[in-house]
Amino acid sequence: MQPDSKQIKWVDEPKLGLAGRLYLTPLIDGLSLTARHFFRTARGEGFTRQFPEERPLFGNPLIYRGVHRLNKDEQGRVKCVACFLCATACPAHCIDIIGTESPWADREKYPQSFVIDELRCIFCGMCEEACPVDAIELTSLFDLTGASREEMVFDKEKLLSVYDQTCDLEPMRSRGPAAHSGPPPGKDH
Amino acid sequence: MQVWLEPLIKIVLVVLATQAAVAYLVLVERKVAAYMQDRLGPNRVGPWGLFQPIADGAKFILKEELIPAGADRALFLIAPVSILAAATLAFATIPFGYLVPWPGADPIELTIAPKVDIGLLFVFAIGSLGVYGVILGGWASNNKYSLLGGLRSSAQLVSYEIPLGLSVIGVLLFSGSLRLETIITAQAQSGWWWFAVQPLGFLVFMVSGCAEASRLPFDLPECEQELVGGYHTEYTAMKFGMFAFAEYLHLITVAFLTVNLYLGGWHLWGLAPYADEVGWFGAIVRVLVLNIKMLLVILFFMWIRWSWPRFRYDQLMNIAWKVMIPLGVINLLVCAVCQEFLDPKNYLTRAVLGWLAVGGCVLYAALFAHPGKTRLKAPGIT
Repeated sequence: MQPDSKQIKWVDEPKLGLAGRLYLTPLIDGLSLTARHFFRTARGEGFTRQFPEERPLFGNPLIYRGVHRLNKDEQGRVKCVACFLCATACPAHCIDIIGTESPWADREKYPQSFVIDELRCIFCGMCEEACPVDAIELTSLFDLTGASREEMVFDKEKLLSVYDQTCDLEPMRSRGPAAHSGPPPGKDH
Repeated sequence: MQVWLEPLIKIVLVVLATQAAVAYLVLVERKVAAYMQDRLGPNRVGPWGLFQPIADGAKFILKEELIPAGADRALFLIAPVSILAAATLAFATIPFGYLVPWPGADPIELTIAPKVDIGLLFVFAIGSLGVYGVILGGWASNNKYSLLGGLRSSAQLVSYEIPLGLSVIGVLLFSGSLRLETIITAQAQSGWWWFAVQPLGFLVFMVSGCAEASRLPFDLPECEQELVGGYHTEYTAMKFGMFAFAEYLHLITVAFLTVNLYLGGWHLWGLAPYADEVGWFGAIVRVLVLNIKMLLVILFFMWIRWSWPRFRYDQLMNIAWKVMIPLGVINLLVCAVCQEFLDPKNYLTRAVLGWLAVGGCVLYAALFAHPGKTRLKAPGIT
């Protein structure tokens, strides 16, 4: 590109005054700026939150996509009907369900095992969208840690315990327990 | 007290104190930097992060020592040792207090090697040995970036030694000695600190001292942005730690020299005046005054580090050769004229002349200095 090209917009540097040419005021400006910030932080008016002691605030924990939980109905049974819709919807293939015949009268199947590999999960929330009985939900628990890969594979008991842990803070977003909502739509019962 | 015992105690004291000071200066630096950037800095190891230096030291010692395959092993090992040794040795003639009374003997001077008549010269000579560590480290690493870093670093250190030397000649003229104790005493006796009498020399000394200690805005030796860390790129663990230690020791040395040469040393009007008799109270107050002044100078260096942008390499060299050396010469000229023609006690006239010289330089810069003449211009604009 030539220097006289129309596409180049030439901007001239602003002219420095006497003080600017002596570098005096810019230097003092710099010093006073850092001093202001120093004393503001020293007075305790900084912005840092001490994380593990001070929990961050969520705008709305109900729409945060953190660790999964498996909801329970009012009899304490898992709400899941092992329809595999979440596993099908999951883009990361992190949900592994083994369905078997339900011991209860109000549904045909229930998950014998329900395993989510939290390390593969991308926390997109598609499982939550797909679930017809609102059994799987994402909570606002975000500090998910583990000492091994095995520890990060959550089984049914662990997912149900996440529900126990969070049900007080975050009520179920469902239309009601499975028994009241009837069979999943499109299925002949 | 035995002849060898007294220096030995002082050596142990100074070495331990400076090592501890360096460890905690790193913490202070990190805290100051963090506060200026609206952060909190290290605050997890101990209350207010006070044990952070211990954790850092343990990390330095326990980390793996690596020597690059193509490196010159002997020189690679000598470099950090030499730079640290030179930085520590400079404290031999720097006073960190005044006389301390000793029962049944002469009062003890708080300098490792008191009454060394070449005191200041010794500090500068030893201080300039640090260049060897820098260039050896850069060369022995067998890494082009390290070599570049070492080269430009040594060029910077060598260049800034000239204005540094020029600026202190004025002090030597007024004090009549190279002994740092005498320089402090001269200021204490007259009641004038030399920075007020020779403002130009003080400015040149501060700038050159900052460059000699490789502090920002003169941190070209490290130059993390362009040189992948400069001359110590290939160094790991404690060998890197020794370079970092030496850097902070240089900072302490420069701060001590600034206080002793220009800011009156242990002298403070009213609290620690010049006195012939030696008492315990006076001795302790003088040590405190001197070291608090030193700490304030270091804090100022940290303050400017996080406030001002860094110089480009050609700007750095221009400042040394085209600004600082002429200013040093002007200062020397003014001091020499004062010393020749004025009454030795007439410090007011000297101060007035010194500040007039500053005014003249400012006026010259405002009228005749045009920075940025070589800038690329839009076509058609002359």
